[in-house]
Amino acid sequence: MTQSRPYLRIDNLWKNFGDFVALQDISLSIDEGEFICFLGPSGCGKTTLLRAIAGLDLQTSGRVEQAGQNISTLPPSERDFGIVFQSYALFPNLTITRNIAYGLENEGRSKPAIAARVTELLELVGLPDQGDKYPAQLSGGQQQRIALARAIATDPGLLLLDEPLSALDAKVRVFLRHEVKELQRKLGITTVMVTHDQEEALSMADRIVVMNHGTIEQVGTPLEIYRDPASLFVADFIGEMNQITGRVGTRGTVTIGGRTLTCAHHEFTKGTDVIVAIRPENIVPHEDAGGKPVNSFEVSITEMEFLGTYWRAQLKGASHVDQPLTTNFSINAVRRMGLKTGRSLTIELPPESLRVFPAQGQS
Amino acid sequence: MASVADIPRPFVKPKLGRDDWTQRAFMGVIALYLVVALALPLYAMLSKSFSTYRFDLTGYEVQVSTPEGVFEAPAQSLEALNAEQEVFDAPALSTGSGGRLGLTKLFPDFSFRSPVMYRFRNTSDTSVYLANSERHKGQEWASYTSNEFRRLVIRPQKDIGFSNFKTYFSTPALFRSIQNSMLIAAISTVITVTLAFWFAYALARSCMRFKGLFRAVAMLPILVPSLLPGIALIYLFGNQGMLREFLLGNSIYGPIGIVIGSVFFTFPHAMIIISTALSISDARLYEAAVSLKASRWKTFWTVTIPGARYGLFSASFVVFNLVITDFGLPKVIGGQFNMLAVDIYKQVIGQQNFEMGAVVSVVLLVPAILAFGIDRQVQKKQVALLSARSVVFEPKVNRLFDRIFLGYATLVSIFLVGIIAVCQYAALIKFWPYNLSLSLKNYNFDLMDGGGWGAYQNSLILAILTAIIGTVVVFLGAYMVEKTKGFEKGRAMFQMLAMLPMAVPGMVLGLAYIFFFNNPANPLNFIYGTMIILVVSTVTHFYTVSHLTAVTALKQMDVEFESVSSSLKQPFYKLFRQVTVPVSMPAILNISIYLFVNAMTTVSAVVFLYSTDTKLASVAVLNMDDAGDIAPAAAMGMMIFYTNAAARVIHALASQRILRRSEAWRKSG
Ligand SMILES: Nc1ncnc2c1ncn2[C@@H]1O[C@H](COP(=O)(O)OP(=O)(O)O)[C@@H](O)[C@H]1O
Ligand SMILES: [Mg+2]
Repeated sequence: MTQSRPYLRIDNLWKNFGDFVALQDISLSIDEGEFICFLGPSGCGKTTLLRAIAGLDLQTSGRVEQAGQNISTLPPSERDFGIVFQSYALFPNLTITRNIAYGLENEGRSKPAIAARVTELLELVGLPDQGDKYPAQLSGGQQQRIALARAIATDPGLLLLDEPLSALDAKVRVFLRHEVKELQRKLGITTVMVTHDQEEALSMADRIVVMNHGTIEQVGTPLEIYRDPASLFVADFIGEMNQITGRVGTRGTVTIGGRTLTCAHHEFTKGTDVIVAIRPENIVPHEDAGGKPVNSFEVSITEMEFLGTYWRAQLKGASHVDQPLTTNFSINAVRRMGLKTGRSLTIELPPESLRVFPAQGQS
Repeated sequence: MASVADIPRPFVKPKLGRDDWTQRAFMGVIALYLVVALALPLYAMLSKSFSTYRFDLTGYEVQVSTPEGVFEAPAQSLEALNAEQEVFDAPALSTGSGGRLGLTKLFPDFSFRSPVMYRFRNTSDTSVYLANSERHKGQEWASYTSNEFRRLVIRPQKDIGFSNFKTYFSTPALFRSIQNSMLIAAISTVITVTLAFWFAYALARSCMRFKGLFRAVAMLPILVPSLLPGIALIYLFGNQGMLREFLLGNSIYGPIGIVIGSVFFTFPHAMIIISTALSISDARLYEAAVSLKASRWKTFWTVTIPGARYGLFSASFVVFNLVITDFGLPKVIGGQFNMLAVDIYKQVIGQQNFEMGAVVSVVLLVPAILAFGIDRQVQKKQVALLSARSVVFEPKVNRLFDRIFLGYATLVSIFLVGIIAVCQYAALIKFWPYNLSLSLKNYNFDLMDGGGWGAYQNSLILAILTAIIGTVVVFLGAYMVEKTKGFEKGRAMFQMLAMLPMAVPGMVLGLAYIFFFNNPANPLNFIYGTMIILVVSTVTHFYTVSHLTAVTALKQMDVEFESVSSSLKQPFYKLFRQVTVPVSMPAILNISIYLFVNAMTTVSAVVFLYSTDTKLASVAVLNMDDAGDIAPAAAMGMMIFYTNAAARVIHALASQRILRRSEAWRKSG
């Protein structure tokens, strides 16, 4: 699939609202059948980008290409997509059946053909008996699925979802993640979903587009983004990250508070102020200091909190005095080593788990 | 951060779809409507107020023959002739646009039987004279017999300047009206807002009985023309009134009558606004006050009044505006007391001085626009307040308190119902005060001047047409403003135009229509004197409130309906027909009943515009009252009342039916 021509291509897209630049030079390719998530904090321009793709709010400058055709200036009605909004925008005075049939009318289909298609769609979204009800008579999750059914009724080439799950309560949301993903896989429809919920993006997307301040920070599979964040922003926004300020020393090492850390490959020159980052679960506890692995420290536990499947602990050490570390200990490790608040232990920061970023304010 | 300057060119230009074109065309049509029905007439009126007309005697030359018909004497300019004879002084030479000046007075021994001949010509290209009713322009000589010269008149020259305003402000009889109008409006505002506040307070904060009834009674004045209370007051306190002793020798014709009548017809408007303000006050504040053991009195001043502040402001401005722009009431009961709106009528209808009518209109526009502007500002703040509030206040039973308010509400209701009851009584009495037996003879309108039953029929037609056409125009206009995309500047302009009618008094609008549509050069001249111009003026006069109602309803709809519909490749009118209109139906019905009731009762705009074929019931009330047929005037006023009451009942039934049918899909239903 990666060899084929992209299904959706965005080139140098810009968008301004008055003096405010909401999208800066966005370029992106999406393959046919992919499930893409736009992920980023509120106000970073995700919806703006989605609406430009849909033609609902045209970009100021730049090009959008879908299925090999330049659609940059087309009105929404001449593009090929289905869309679901956070509010669902179901027509309140039309029954579920008529909501779903809305886009099927005026297309030269016969009445029985439309009815058959609506039945098929209702079954597809798992609500076969609800056709005669009105939207207000359904639960939020059900309404969301009807909105989805309406959006895919006409078999569009592209499905656009703007925070489709965020109006729902947590349990329904987790359930619908699977439903939506399953449906997308079954139909093979190229899908772009906007979300500010990293868990949602990690669990649903084939690739994630991380956005910040109207720019793309990183594009990659969930695993790539998690393991190998391209910037401190991505590292911080997705999952959790310990950040330790330091300075680059000789041969790629980084000095923090008098101690020297061996790091994996990075391209900073000696003397650069940097931030070394490590995820809590990558910090390795050791029972004793024997064997002295690289990057090992003496630390004491200042706080421990039980989170069900693991312990969350705050660590404090002499070498990174002002910078406490957060780590996760397995229940096993805690029992085996008798860890508790106040105890000292040795931890290891494995070089391959350390990421080095420029210190804030530098580029 | 990148700035807008960094964005590479060229910028993307949208390709407009079929829907975009249709929508723009629609918006263009409705914007054109507002321009033609509002902006251009107002412009015509404004320019009229600055136009002065003067007979320019330097522009003509005359030569007189001997009795034998020989032209020996040299030609002389009219200016020189006038200087010699001292016939016309400066005021005699200033005139209106229709002014005509005969010249025979310049010749002391003129006789139309004399064989003397006259040669006459214009000496400037702008001079015009009429001979044998024929227009003459250009500088050639023409000869006339004495008999022809008798009917020769010169036409005035138009000039632009402030001289009309100078005349206005140097004529005490005219400019004293400003003070009169402001004073009456201020007094009426204080009284109405106070009465309405306590009435609304009783409804919102007490547990008195019959609240539904009181609410209905408070709305009664909306159903009758503003001049009806004037008629009732004449029966009560006039020279042969039932209760005239109560006035202690004062006359009801004048300030007293105008104020009482104004309080009557503005009461419902103030009540609605203040009720809304009180109902959105936050109950949590009251609970807090109770838990702090604040006295009722203290709670009132620290919680109620600040909460209703914006409502009180808004009600004050609305009442002030209604009173200062009202024409019917002071016309009926004002006596010799001059008010601005009546001055316009007197200048135009009485003295045919259109320029001075325009000047008074401009003067009247100033306070009206000021009051309107301030009210808009206040309402903006109130909206912000509304969205932040939530908990509904539930009053607690308090015997004494509830009884006091019941008594108060009853008194106010007696006043409101009383006025209408007196009119009904007046309509049914044979000949007040000499023959008190009941009869329907006063309803025999065809026997009186004023238009007869035909006028009533015309009013009904006007009201129905206004309701239908107005609702369609207003709703489409609001839809275009609220739900279409792009074309931002055009939409902002449209929104401004839609707000303008609220600030334009009816009299001013009516006069502006004369100037604009009665101009033979206007291609729309043909609507002058027809039902069409009455419908257009009424729709325009009541446009703003209807527009705001429609916009509010449309704002409550999900903003993404249009996006969904276009993504499904459906034309916008399908969504409009299947979703927008059905969901907005309650608002649409409200707009149409509002337009209907106002079309039945309005006098001010249409009083300049009706013709013998299109006499109206409300104008008939005015004219019959003017002719001294007060009882038939009351009867016609009651006909308007019955009609509006019936329309309200039908409207209520229709609304109920629609609500019941849509119960299934309306969340609250
Ligand atoms: N119509 C608009 N006018 C002005 N600013 C807007 C408009 N739409 C969005 N913005 C601004 O653009 C930025 C990006 O908005 P949006 O794309 O909606 O963010 P999000 O990532 O939360 O979806 C925000 O700062 C928002 O305030
Ligand atoms: Mg968004």
